[in-house]
Amino acid sequence: MTTTKSKVVYSPVFTDGAEFRIPTFKLLKQDGSLYKSAKAPDLDKDKALRIYRAMITTRILDERMLAAQRQGRLSFYMQCTGEEAAVIGSAAALDDNDMIMAQYREQGALAYRGFSIDEFMNQLFGNEMDYGKGRQMPVHYGSKKLNYMTISSPLATQIPQATGYAYGQKLRGDGHCTITYFGEGAASEGDFHAALNMAAVHRVPVIFLCRNNGYAISTPAAEQFAADGVAPRAYGYKMDVIRVDGNDILAMYEATREARRLAVEHNRPVLIEAMSYRLAAHSSSDDPSGYRSKDEEAVWREKDPILRMRLWLESKKWWSEDDEKQLQENMRREVLETMKRAQKRPPPPLETLVSDVYDEVPPVLAEQFDKLKAHIRRYPDEYPKSAEHAKGGA
Amino acid sequence: MSKMNMLQAINNALDTAMAADERVLCFGEDVGVFGGVFRATSHLQQKYGKARCFNTPLVEQGIIGFANGLAAQGSVPVAEIQFADYIFPAFDQIVNESAKFRYRSGDLFNVGGLTIRAPYGGGIAGGLYHSQSPEAYFAHTPGLKIVVPRNPHQAKGLLLGAIHDANPTLFFEPKRLYRASVGEVPDEDYRLPLGEAEVIKEGTDITLLGWGAQMEVIEQAVEMAEKEGISCEVIDLRTILPWDVETVANSVFKTGRLVVTHEAPLTGGFAGEIAATIQDRCFLYLESPIARVTGMDTPFPLVLEKEHLPNHLKVYEAIRASVEF
Repeated sequence: MTTTKSKVVYSPVFTDGAEFRIPTFKLLKQDGSLYKSAKAPDLDKDKALRIYRAMITTRILDERMLAAQRQGRLSFYMQCTGEEAAVIGSAAALDDNDMIMAQYREQGALAYRGFSIDEFMNQLFGNEMDYGKGRQMPVHYGSKKLNYMTISSPLATQIPQATGYAYGQKLRGDGHCTITYFGEGAASEGDFHAALNMAAVHRVPVIFLCRNNGYAISTPAAEQFAADGVAPRAYGYKMDVIRVDGNDILAMYEATREARRLAVEHNRPVLIEAMSYRLAAHSSSDDPSGYRSKDEEAVWREKDPILRMRLWLESKKWWSEDDEKQLQENMRREVLETMKRAQKRPPPPLETLVSDVYDEVPPVLAEQFDKLKAHIRRYPDEYPKSAEHAKGGA
Repeated sequence: MSKMNMLQAINNALDTAMAADERVLCFGEDVGVFGGVFRATSHLQQKYGKARCFNTPLVEQGIIGFANGLAAQGSVPVAEIQFADYIFPAFDQIVNESAKFRYRSGDLFNVGGLTIRAPYGGGIAGGLYHSQSPEAYFAHTPGLKIVVPRNPHQAKGLLLGAIHDANPTLFFEPKRLYRASVGEVPDEDYRLPLGEAEVIKEGTDITLLGWGAQMEVIEQAVEMAEKEGISCEVIDLRTILPWDVETVANSVFKTGRLVVTHEAPLTGGFAGEIAATIQDRCFLYLESPIARVTGMDTPFPLVLEKEHLPNHLKVYEAIRASVEF
């Protein structure tokens, strides 16, 4: 038995854990200078600029693609705005061969790993070059070569999967870990509990990164949980935990670097709660003006994580006004040109409707597919996207 | 060849798979040093170590979520759900995740290595939550394979087939037969194919179709019918999804009559799918309506279990009714 030896009392004594207050780890002030007695992490210029470029890429991609959705060019979109430091700072602290299992608001991690604008666009438009073969909604990215597990919509399902994936990494002994991202809303799902408990019991090298951005669609955090955020739950699982200013790129990087060390060297799972704010709407299908004030948003706009990093870079003389202008212009142009190209690419071939359900198409499904092809050949004008493909084969 | 009961055959299959490939892992509630509440994983932890055969916390959605992650990583997890009745907390992980992993990622990732074992079925005074047959819930889910063995030889061969199959597979074990069913089982590694029904006995007047523990019931009913000169063809479906339409249809082309039987309730049961498909394929050959002999549309009862279950007498009655139609 591993129960704790607790002090015995002879009258009922209750506790609600209010005596535990988890501090917030911060390094960088909004003006780009360090807090007094704070020490910057060991981050060289190349890596710092790689991080910054990924932040700008993510921000511009998000702005442009939301606009594209509003113009009706895209069916759906979700922005990462305001949370770039939490996502990219943590991803940058990992080895590029560590596995990332994300929720959906972590395109920044992919951008950091080197997913190209073209690759983003192919997924968003579901064209024939999309790795996912146009099967999932926009923003459900995945990349085998960048160790980024394909996103799925059901919330929190990836959290116990990350525990399992990392357990496999531990058995293989290759010195890698898995990070899984999720929002504070997803942390209310049963899968969150399952994953953390299993990871602690089996000492799995996994980092649980909760983006606490204050809202799950319209539900404010105060209606999500009564406790002091998500972080205190780690105590119940006997898991290392840290709360970090999620808009502070240096703190996010440093906290995750140390979490990775604990995970990989000591097989200690770690929970990181990144405190941030979802500056954008939940998705292109949401309008936050129905549930929160402009004033509240304005306060957080002042805390922009990208501006904060830029000021730090400038203070190090690693970045200038000119660099900024050039990067923004190039990125905007690339996003626009790439979007036009991706939009023109044809849809995936008709066979992709039935492939990959299993490793091989079972006879019953093959029969359904033959029927569909014959049907499309009879009504080619009604199925313009696939009519060409239907001509192939018997 | 060794004489084994179904549990020993399952244990032997797991042992065989773990010995051959160190990526194979067995885990679930109480499967570790204790060897499982039915002893299906006996001695595996002692033999292969705690890292490869272990207890999990009591959380079904966690067991299957964990298993999905392991399979995506390239391991070959064999997860146990203690009773099929308790698989429902993992329904989301199985239906939304395991089943769709390969399709949604465009085959970038898959959980093909995953096998989920769960004891199923009634006849053991298990009441509502130790008796269910949930196969039809999962049969509605493209991407899964569902397998049910009927005896020890099948159990080992089909379990090894499931473990090595490149798709996530649910393996439902008829717990009523765990110790009751005994037979000769090869000692070596052998794999029975998934997706193929087996014609156990040829006949000309009527086709009897079932799976798992129900095959024993069919056997008894057929014995009664054959005494009256009714020639029965008996088919064990073995794989519920994707199922072997061709073998069943070919049999019905010959006999013109079909009785499908399963323990699960009638409405929405898998017999409905079979009946609809076979009447579509074999319309001009059918000489009587396709009969379904199943559990009633009630939760699984305790005291009136015998009345509830589709036993050999009910199957026999259906054979008679079909032949005399």
